[in-house]
Amino acid sequence: MSKLYTGAEIVFKCLEDQKVEYIFGYPGGAVLPIYDELKNHSSIKHILVRHEQGAGHAAEGYARSSGKPGVVLVTSGPGATNVVTALTDAYMDSVPLVCISGQVPTHLIGTDAFQECDTTGITRPCTKHNWLVKDIKDLSKVMHEAFKVATTGRPGPVLIDIPKDIQFAKTKYTKFKKEKKLNGKLHNKFSQNEIDQLIDLISKAKKPVVYTGGGVINSGPQASETLKEFVRLIGFPITSTLQGLGAFPGDDNQFIGMLGMHGTYEANNAMHDCDLLINIGARFDDRITGKIDEFSPKSKKIHIDIDPSSINKIIKVDLAIVGDVNEVIKSAVKKINKKQNGLKNSNKQKISKWWEQIQKWRTKDSLGFINSDKEIKPQYAVKRLYELTKNQDTFITTEVGQHQMWAAQHYKFNKPNRWMTSGGLGTMGYGLPAAVGVQIAHPDKLVIDIAGEASVLMTMQEMSTAVQYNLPIKIFILNNQYMGMVRQWQELLHEKNYSESYSEALPDFVKLAEAYGCKGIKADNPLELDDKIKEMIDYKGPVIFDCHVDPNENCFPMIPSGKPHNQMILGPNDKEENKITGKGKSLV
Amino acid sequence: MSSPKSAYSIPTKKGKLDTHIFVVWVDNESGVLARVVGLFSGRGYNIESLAVAEVDAAKNISRITIVTTGTPQVIDQIKLQLKKLVPVHKVADFKREDKKVIFKEMALLKIVAHKKKIEKCLKECKKFNPVILDKTDKSVVVQITALRREIDKMGKKLKPYGLTSTSRTGAIAMTRGAETFK
Repeated sequence: MSKLYTGAEIVFKCLEDQKVEYIFGYPGGAVLPIYDELKNHSSIKHILVRHEQGAGHAAEGYARSSGKPGVVLVTSGPGATNVVTALTDAYMDSVPLVCISGQVPTHLIGTDAFQECDTTGITRPCTKHNWLVKDIKDLSKVMHEAFKVATTGRPGPVLIDIPKDIQFAKTKYTKFKKEKKLNGKLHNKFSQNEIDQLIDLISKAKKPVVYTGGGVINSGPQASETLKEFVRLIGFPITSTLQGLGAFPGDDNQFIGMLGMHGTYEANNAMHDCDLLINIGARFDDRITGKIDEFSPKSKKIHIDIDPSSINKIIKVDLAIVGDVNEVIKSAVKKINKKQNGLKNSNKQKISKWWEQIQKWRTKDSLGFINSDKEIKPQYAVKRLYELTKNQDTFITTEVGQHQMWAAQHYKFNKPNRWMTSGGLGTMGYGLPAAVGVQIAHPDKLVIDIAGEASVLMTMQEMSTAVQYNLPIKIFILNNQYMGMVRQWQELLHEKNYSESYSEALPDFVKLAEAYGCKGIKADNPLELDDKIKEMIDYKGPVIFDCHVDPNENCFPMIPSGKPHNQMILGPNDKEENKITGKGKSLV
Repeated sequence: MSSPKSAYSIPTKKGKLDTHIFVVWVDNESGVLARVVGLFSGRGYNIESLAVAEVDAAKNISRITIVTTGTPQVIDQIKLQLKKLVPVHKVADFKREDKKVIFKEMALLKIVAHKKKIEKCLKECKKFNPVILDKTDKSVVVQITALRREIDKMGKKLKPYGLTSTSRTGAIAMTRGAETFK
């Protein structure tokens, strides 16, 4: 007779089979049997967070920077509800997470037991799928299916709710066999005909633009290599969404910057005026498209995505190719190299006028700002941070707000998986715990959270986690004492009624750092900024860097929502031409 | 309209709404209906009617029939979103006008009235395969099968004759001929 294992043992056996190295979690009554079992499995290290939301974001940071699924372990009731924000965040940004939650014993389900909640009910809309395991015999099958659902197709979070009695119950364990068969929810069956159409459109285009998104990153590092090859081969300008940054080198001449609400002048105008738009792994988010009716009105549109429901959801496209980004563009590159040898040269001639136009737009220098020698400008701070860290392999996370956009605009990423930011859900408090997860996955790399002082306070408790595990994360706070993006919208769109956007009584971040047992650095003078950044980088442990910046700086360029791409507000360098006055003001 | 200020975006004009019938084959497991219905409510799709029951006990398959309205783009989205759900095996969608598909709904009608009025009611029901399930001096419970619209009409028509309660199954659908949906 084969050996019987408890549910808790089976959980770990499955995690071992899935080659899980780290779990991020927080214990509680309903998961104690699993925590009890932890000591018997040395290949799995548990990272104790200070709040379950932090566990979720840390697992997201881990997953995004490593390409492996993040694993979260929480207790029932509040443990599960606290992780909901992180699950939703992962769902919106397609991050593979496997969340295991404890549940009250099966006989108590539905009785309003202590720390009971309808976890599968609550998390149903924010996971790809979830399971309540009511029979010990289902546990190993569910565990393995969970990993499969989380990591295949368009990745995303899943949750397994395991009642406490199931964790104690015993059954046989059947070894997991890695299936090669697709699960029917995978879509990678594009045809050669579609590739031919793609190439045909490419060869006819005079004003093309490639618009890439997080799908390229999710397709794996190889996809970024293939993308580079593809884009260099066809010679088209390329822009990227917030999530796609790093898939194509940010300092390459063919890269025309991020597009969308705070995208560059050249990227947004190229989107508006182009005659061919190739969307690779992006989803026409509303922060990208602006006004739908006037979105890229003159272009043929191609959409390459692994998720069929992303296609024609917002923007009708002329050619849809459903498949894994890497596979699709690899197949296109192959075809171009094989059959259309002349395409490379003829194409470059055809689009040379388009490049001239783009160069003209570039001269606007839409990311420009007026620097100061008295105050630190936030853009300047990000630029200096970039210059001083670009020579090493640096991982950047962010919170949400102005600092996030400045980071996206001024920090140039050359590799995928180096940029972790909450785009879809826009979760303030994401960056610090995400940095914890990134540092776990890359213990020897420099990991910086470019933060805002308001966001970072939402999950500041995770500094304690960083200190516990000696994670030398750097929290680079652009401190403007405001919820900057809220303040900016209030200034531009709500008659400067700064309702509740100023944070009074902010903590002294240097002392706070010391209280957590890490280093605090404060900077408020642009002349000493470089030295202080160097001091931060050189310090061997976690640092909170309190960078006092101009509180009144706004993030430009900006497409006010409800406006098309060619109606951007540019920065102060361009004020004369673009004053927001009278009627225009009420419209932005 | 006041100025939109920081409105996210201004809604664009809506297209024409079509009525579609979705047939969804799902694993008959707990929570599956909540997933399907939650998808509709979460994404703001309509449900006009919903009929669910297990159809294959051996394979543990339930068949859900949903009548919904939406623009062609929304209908397309509903189908693709349904297909993404893990317990969903296949999804068929039919336009209400589709001649190749039979749509039927069953209703139970309770009429409380004098004999003469009851007679009249039954006469009205004749077209719709009436089956009398219960009869007393003052009342009758009659079962009819018809199209949704026809049952809607019957409801209005029979009100004056003493129709006191109606129970409907919601539409179910099946293709005509030897073909089955793959």
